[in-house]
Amino acid sequence: MPSNDERWLDAEAGPVVRPYALTQGRTRHTGESFDLVASVMATRTFADPAALAPEHISVLHLARVPTTVADIASDVDLPLGVVRIILADLRELGLVVISTPVVMAERIDKHTLREVLNGLRGL
Amino acid sequence: MDYGVSDSAGGNRQYRAIKILLAGGFGVGKTTLVGAVSEIRPLRTEEPLTEGSMRTDSTFGVEGKTTTTVAMDFGRISLRSDLVLYLFGTPGQQRFWFMWDELAIGALGAVVLADTRRLADSFPAIDYFERRQIPFIVALNCFEGAPRYDTEDVRLALDLEADLPIILCDARSKDSAKEALITLVEHVLVTASEEPLSGIA
Repeated sequence: MPSNDERWLDAEAGPVVRPYALTQGRTRHTGESFDLVASVMATRTFADPAALAPEHISVLHLARVPTTVADIASDVDLPLGVVRIILADLRELGLVVISTPVVMAERIDKHTLREVLNGLRGL
Repeated sequence: MDYGVSDSAGGNRQYRAIKILLAGGFGVGKTTLVGAVSEIRPLRTEEPLTEGSMRTDSTFGVEGKTTTTVAMDFGRISLRSDLVLYLFGTPGQQRFWFMWDELAIGALGAVVLADTRRLADSFPAIDYFERRQIPFIVALNCFEGAPRYDTEDVRLALDLEADLPIILCDARSKDSAKEALITLVEHVLVTASEEPLSGIA
């Protein structure tokens, strides 16, 4: 066992900090906040791949078909906080549109609830 | 699934995502239940360590560590091409409440999974949803070898309202997991009928 004076920052500590290097150390994203299940869609705006970081390109690629913040975070295997910052960057560049899902609890109407019920029963 | 092409006005048609939370103590079967009805997807978050968690988590040797990784699962169930249900298994410990706050916004409701051998583990989740008036039901995961109690005894033990649904379930079974979700949605429907939503169009 190493002595207490030796404080190695090993693999346990490293990756905890590193993802935020992708965001230049930013931990808060720009612009309006968005929900975990907000839908994300790439726009047709031309993006110069060379101008984007590989992670930004991966996220943009995933958003070519409509998806959600949570799905993207799972697919790119990056922490949610990092994915949010990348998405906000892409939004600022006009490369993605992030929209709040139509149905949030306070607006879930009975019709939708019944649709959910029927859907669940049919599983 | 044809969503068509997005236009600059964000014109995807009426895509509806609905969130349901799955809460309960550590090891109570949240992930099992999510996996029984949907494909599990891992999600990781890294959050600043709060003073509270600093005291709980040993940071000896990594004193520079200011964030903590919280792994959680979610499942997606496509009910229709334009209606998708998201199940989020929320980390049970109280120190993860900052995450629940994010997850709970706009959620349809919650299923609190409880183990009759460790009922107290579900107290924080129940308190949380009661305080925020988020509709929930309690599902007792029937572990093999665990004593079976009458749901009314559990209602007393958990001090739950008379009209709050309590069901027995087997988190491993798809039908049972489905039943838990259906019970929640029915409960929300009944509650919605009693108290017409006001103010929001």
